[in-house]
Formats: sequence, C-alpha cells, structure tokens
Amino acid sequence: MAFQLDSKIPEGPLKDKWTEHLFNMKLVNPANKRKFRIIVIGSGLAGGAAAASLGELGYNVDCFCFQDSSRRAHSIAAQGGINAAKNYPNDGDSVRRLFYDTIKGGDYRSREANVYRLAEVANSIIDQCVAQGVPFAREYGGLLDNRSFGGAQVSRTFYARGQTGQQLLIGAYQSLQRQVAKGSVDMHVRTEMLDVVKVDGHAKGIIVRDLVTGEIRRHAADAVLICSGGYGNVFYLSTNAMGSNVTAAMRAFKRGAGFANPCFTQIHPTCIPVSSEHQSKLTLMSESLRNDGRVWVPKKAGDDRAPRDIPEDERDYYLERRYPSFGNLVPRDVASRAAKERCDAGFGVGSTKLAVYLDFSDAINRLGEDVIRARYGNLFQMYEKITAENPYKTPMRIYPAVHYTMGGLWVDYNLQTTVPGLFALGEANFSDHGANRLGASALMQGLADGYFVAPYTVGNYLAEHGSMNAEGKVTTEHAAFDEVEKEVRDRLDRLMAVQGERSVDSFHKELGLIMWDNCGMGRTKEGLQKALQEIPKLREEFWKNVRIPGDATSFNPELEKAARVADFLEFGEIMCHDALDREESCGGHFREEHQTEEGEALRRDDEFAYAAVWEYMGEGKDPELSKEILEFENVKLTTRSYK
Amino acid sequence: MKITLHVWRQKDANSQGGMEPYEVDGVSADMSFLEMLDMLNEQLIVQGKEPIAFDHDCREGICGTCSLMINGVAHGPDGSTTTCQLHMRSFKDGDAIHIEPWRSRAFPVVRDLVVDRSSFDRIIQAGGYISINAGNAQDANNLPIAKHDSDLSMDAAACIGCGACVASCPNGSAMLFVAAKIGHLAHVPQGQPERAKRARDMVAQMDAEGFGACSNHYECEAVCPKDIPVSFISEMNKDFMKASLCGDS
Repeated sequence: MAFQLDSKIPEGPLKDKWTEHLFNMKLVNPANKRKFRIIVIGSGLAGGAAAASLGELGYNVDCFCFQDSSRRAHSIAAQGGINAAKNYPNDGDSVRRLFYDTIKGGDYRSREANVYRLAEVANSIIDQCVAQGVPFAREYGGLLDNRSFGGAQVSRTFYARGQTGQQLLIGAYQSLQRQVAKGSVDMHVRTEMLDVVKVDGHAKGIIVRDLVTGEIRRHAADAVLICSGGYGNVFYLSTNAMGSNVTAAMRAFKRGAGFANPCFTQIHPTCIPVSSEHQSKLTLMSESLRNDGRVWVPKKAGDDRAPRDIPEDERDYYLERRYPSFGNLVPRDVASRAAKERCDAGFGVGSTKLAVYLDFSDAINRLGEDVIRARYGNLFQMYEKITAENPYKTPMRIYPAVHYTMGGLWVDYNLQTTVPGLFALGEANFSDHGANRLGASALMQGLADGYFVAPYTVGNYLAEHGSMNAEGKVTTEHAAFDEVEKEVRDRLDRLMAVQGERSVDSFHKELGLIMWDNCGMGRTKEGLQKALQEIPKLREEFWKNVRIPGDATSFNPELEKAARVADFLEFGEIMCHDALDREESCGGHFREEHQTEEGEALRRDDEFAYAAVWEYMGEGKDPELSKEILEFENVKLTTRSYK
Repeated sequence: MKITLHVWRQKDANSQGGMEPYEVDGVSADMSFLEMLDMLNEQLIVQGKEPIAFDHDCREGICGTCSLMINGVAHGPDGSTTTCQLHMRSFKDGDAIHIEPWRSRAFPVVRDLVVDRSSFDRIIQAGGYISINAGNAQDANNLPIAKHDSDLSMDAAACIGCGACVASCPNGSAMLFVAAKIGHLAHVPQGQPERAKRARDMVAQMDAEGFGACSNHYECEAVCPKDIPVSFISEMNKDFMKASLCGDS
C-alpha cells in the first residue's frame, strides 16, 4: 500500500503562498488553547523554540529530552552562524536570492514552497534572537556584523564568536524555562521517547522511559511533534553528540510515518581527521574558517616534507584551481568530494594520508595574527587541544566527516508527517535542504520551524481535528496505550535477556564501518548490495550476542545505547535501499556510476526529481517506496556550477 | 601508557559510595580522557562487571554535560578546558588518577560520576531570561549596541552550565554561574527592564537550592572551561544590592 502523498502546497505565486496560507489556516481562540496538550520530543533549536512558542500561545506542552537539561541538545555545537536575507551589508541579498542559493545548494531535490518560506521567515529569526539577548557579533557602530559562508556570494551569516549554536540555543532555552516557570510547559529531562501511540490513525501520545528510574510512562496529547535531530550516528563516528539517535524518528516510521531521502547525508569537509581506533567522535572545524583559510595538498604524491618546507609553487590549491569563482567557499559536498579525490589519488598528508591542509598563513600575513585570533580564536584553541599542533604556525589538517542528515521524516507544507497529528521539525524532517545543506542553514531551519511555522500549522490541525471537551479526549487509559506499552516493555526485556559476549559499542562501530565504506562519500551499486547483505547479519548477531550489564529498572546508559543501536541497525538498511534506488548523483549522494568526465555529480532530473518516501512494511520485509514528484516552477534546473 | 584509576562508585543517591581501583593498560597519548574511560568500560562489560557511569554528550567542549573532579581539580589539570577535551598526553605512564563526581549538596549523585544539576535550570526559571514572546521583535538593527557591551555580554554568555565552579568552590557556591547568566543579560539594553528583579529572584533561588556563599577563593575562575572572570560576581552583587535597596525598578 503506497502512501497518498499530498504536500499541501498552497495555491498562488511563490511569494504569496505563506501569507495566503497564514490567512486560510484555522485558529484556536485564546481561551480554548489551554484545552489542548502538545508533546514535543527534543529541546534543541526546533523543539526548544516550538515548546516555548506553543507555551507562550497558551497551549499545555510536555517537552522531553534525554539529556540532563534542555540546554544541552546538540544544536549547541553549531559553530559558524545562521543565515538571513537582511541585506544589511548592501551586497545584493534578498529573500529570493537566499531561496535560490538554498535550493541550488540542495541540488534541486527540495520543495520550492518550503524553501521559499524558510528564506522568508529567516529575517524574523534574527529579530527574535536579538530581542532575547543573543549576543551576535557587532561592528563598532553597534550594528550587526555578517560574514560569508559556502555556496553564497553575499555575506548573510550572523554569528556569535565560534558558538552561534550555543547562543541561539540559550535564547530558546531561556524562553522555554520562562514557560516552565509559568506552568505552561512541563519539562521532562533524562526521559527518552520509545514509541508513538496512535488512536484512529491520529498520533495521540507517546511511551517514554525515565532514564534515571527506568520507569516506563505514558503521556497522552492532542498532537505530537518530533524534533529529535538527525541520524548521523548511524556511522558511529560523526560530529554528532554521543547521544544523538534515530529512535524517535524510527519509532514514528514503524507506526506509519514515511521516511524521506534517508540516503541524503552531509559529509562536512573541515573536520579534525581520525587519529586512532579508540576515537569516539569527530570534531568539526567551522566552515567559516574557509573564509580565511586556503585548502591545499602537495603537488607531488607522497610528499613527506613538513608543510612549511613545501614551496608555494609545489602546492596544489585544488579548490581554487577547480572552482575559480567560489574557490575555498564551494558548498560542503563539493569540498568534501574534492578532498577525498586528492587523498584517494595519493596526495593526502599527515600520518594517515587521509587529510588535507587548511592554511591560514596568507590571512595572518595580510591581516595579522590578532585579527585571525579575534575571528577564530576558540576554534584554533580547540584544534590545538585535540591535535597538540598550533594552527597559527602550522596549517590545520582536515578531512571530511559525517555531520548532518538532510533526509528525515517526510512532512507536508504544514510539517505534518503521513500520520495525522504527528509533526516533524528541524533536522528530523526532510523538507528544506534537498540533497545538500548549505552552511548556516541548519540553525535557520530549526528556529524557523519552531518559532514561526509549527505554532501556526499545529494550531490549524487542532482547530480542524482536536477535541475541546473531555469526552473527545484520548487518555492514557485507552487500550492503544496498553498495547504499545507492552511492546516497549517486551523489547527492553528482550534486549536485557540476550546476555551475550559483545558490548553495544562494538556492534555500533562495526555498523559504522559498513555504512562509511558503502554508503558514505562514494556509493556504488555493488557496495550498497554488499551492505544490504552485511547489516541484517550484524543485526541478527546483535540480538543474539549483545551484552547489557545492569538492569532495566534503574539508571543504565548501556541499555539506552543498546536500544538506540538496535534502531540504527534497522535504519542503516533503509538508507542503503534509498541510496541503491537513486541511480544518480546529487548533493551529498554520490553514486560513482553517475559522474561527469571531470568527476562532478551527474544528476538525472528526468528520472529522479522526486523525494523518495519509504514505508515500513513489517519486520524482515523490505520497505516500500512512494514518490513525491518535485515540481519546479520558479527555478530552472541547471547543472550546479561553482567554477 | 599504564594508568591506575581510583574511581568513585555509588549505586544511587541513597547508597553509600566509595573509591574503587582499576588498572588501565594500553592508553595512548592521543586518546581523550573520556575515550580512556570508554576503553575501561569496554573491558568491564566484557568481564561481566558494571561499567562506570559518567555524563558526556557532545565531546567537543560546548554542551556542558561532562564533569569529573580529576585529582581534585574540576575538568582536570589543563585549564580552560572541559573533561571531554582533556587528552591523555597530559598524563604519563604509571600515573595514578583519582576521579570523583562534582561535589555539592545541590548536585546529588545519580550514579557513580553522574550528578543531578537540575538546580541550575530552576535558577534560570527564576528569571534568567528576557520576557519576549516569539513574534514581538522589532528589526534587529533598530537597537545598536556598542561593541564593547556586546562583547562583555558574550564573555558572560560563553558559560556552558557545567557546574565546575560549584564543584571547585570550598563553599559549594554557584555565584560564578549565576553571575554569568545575569551578566549576559545585564550588558545588553534588552535586558534592562527586568534587570533588578532578575538579580534578586535568581540569587534567591540560588540560596534556596542550597548553594553556598562566595568568600572570594576564586577557585571557580581558575577551573572555568570558558574562562568566565569573577568580575561578573562583583557586578551581580551590585545589581543584587541595588535591587534590594531600590525595589524592582
């Protein structure tokens, strides 16, 4: 049974769609809002902003996070900045240009109407954040400063030193805590959602586990918002936090929510390279560094000289050579692939030869060390702590790493999944970044969804389908809760009962390697088919041989990890199915069979201009594909060129 | 490297805890401190023992989740760093390392090295925000803010809420944390309307949570991974005094 996918894109010209839709949506009157309860999973930029805004409007909100505080979600780690089309620098920016850059940057695999709305509300985000007290970087005149990011030829990125994510999250967190104090939001920390409960097809609640006491609890609501971030940790090594996981989205998928474009993952070009087998995570060096850093490798393969001993004319500034107009500021997918190409060809540097140089010496000579320190001081410090090398004196070594996932739960224009009443916001949905996300756009999307889209579209759903009187409300006494809670308990019992020989991490690492080798920066039909053989075998072994110490009725981090890895072991397969189906290269998805003579991604618009939406068909069965054909009325599909 | 660890083990908030010794072999200098603990936990799990519980998440020094008193120093010997960014090259073969949880009455132990820092959230709930609903804001550039003020605000806002300041203070005081939160909003014009009330209410909540008072040891500043200066405490004291004398305005 294929999905009937209705994207619900409003009629009318692109620039009027959101305005018209705002008028046409139904409202819940202020006195009635308190009769509704809304569940928000996750407290990052999307979840935190949505929970705070819905609380401000007068709804009752239950917000859940697995961390010990709602201030710790991984949005906090975003370094570089947030885009908006304010055009403060007077350099030709506009909503239309931000829209165009984003849709082109996504390699024409996102929905026009959603991307336009994102560009449209971006300016309000900056206003909102400044009003909350976010200390964005300023000029001496007291006005906001901007810098450039990859994939754009204007300066539209707002930033707060190297910790824009933390500052925006603190803004949302403070608004959220204000609502907690007012009693409109109940914040449930160290609590993980383990399933969605549906009644008559609509999402009506969730089952959670209290991570401190192990208690399994039920929560009923009139709508459920999944804001649980991305699934980059399916690769084990990524720039995600250790706890980032796919569980909420995967549970929704199993309850009938379509999962769109799971193979679209972003490999970020500037990360600190892997140094040992014990490595637990990878650290990003902000893309903003490419404003002043130049990327190069030696012209001679296997050149072992120290970087400073390699004369200028023996260096290959390959991004400037291949892409003269964007140079070091090409989008992430292009920069990552170019680094891989050089390293595969034997030009890599450092002990592992899986690294390229990011060199600041020209910028330091031009601007002075002080200016560079003011711009990137904390990033340089972080680099030095991890590598014990001083980037003011010797170039950084960098290599691509898994960073962000453009795929996610399929949502319509209202951010609603294929399950009515179940919404997905931020990185957890698929809608705005196509096959590649531009830098400084993740923060923009999370906050756009949370502050300015969901508060209206969720209200519209409640006005249409919600029940204001007690008789129409689903409570946790409903039989559907009994059933789902039993499944949750059975699954945890099964995990605890295995008592095998291998740790959870050892399985996670093995899965990560399968994914990286076969569904990473370069993908082939052969490799993906191999992964589809290997993942089920690993999953089978996991369920026979994993060892989880302790018990399920108290604080048990190994059990938390095991439940998440169990989901990754199913999810990895869906990613490979998707990558196999998409017989083209676009954005972060590079099928080696489909490339130009120059090694650039070769899109096949006639056959693949669609969002691939996967449907769960039951245990042990392959997922089924439905397609949302992407219509482009306002941009012309061209081969992306940054030359 | 071979390292001897002495680690605080405690089943839950109500159980008696104690130090347990562990030997870890094959530690490399490039490993992070937490990766060394991962390695030990992997061994413990395979041996059928309970792994050591510790808090961590982003592992890049920004989320503020990781903690640990390492040889009596919050976040270890390096300075200006979080435990997750501490690397084993800061230690040498044969070292003995003592690892304890954050020590404070206001941070009860959850298990082993994991503590409950929800008191920090409640301090923010008491007034650590600017009261603005989504949708109310004027154009961002309508309000110029001198770079100097904005930079000071940012210096305070860099606080990651880890609690190292509390753990290091002989009084278990949270003054540096609270001062940083107050300082962040006190240095920008948007924060002015609620400035006095904010200082009064947040300080009152800090006291209610059982944190101690400041007696100028400055241990907090010495261990702060984000180098928040104690000058913010003086500013907070001024705001608090003013609020107490003059009321809310």
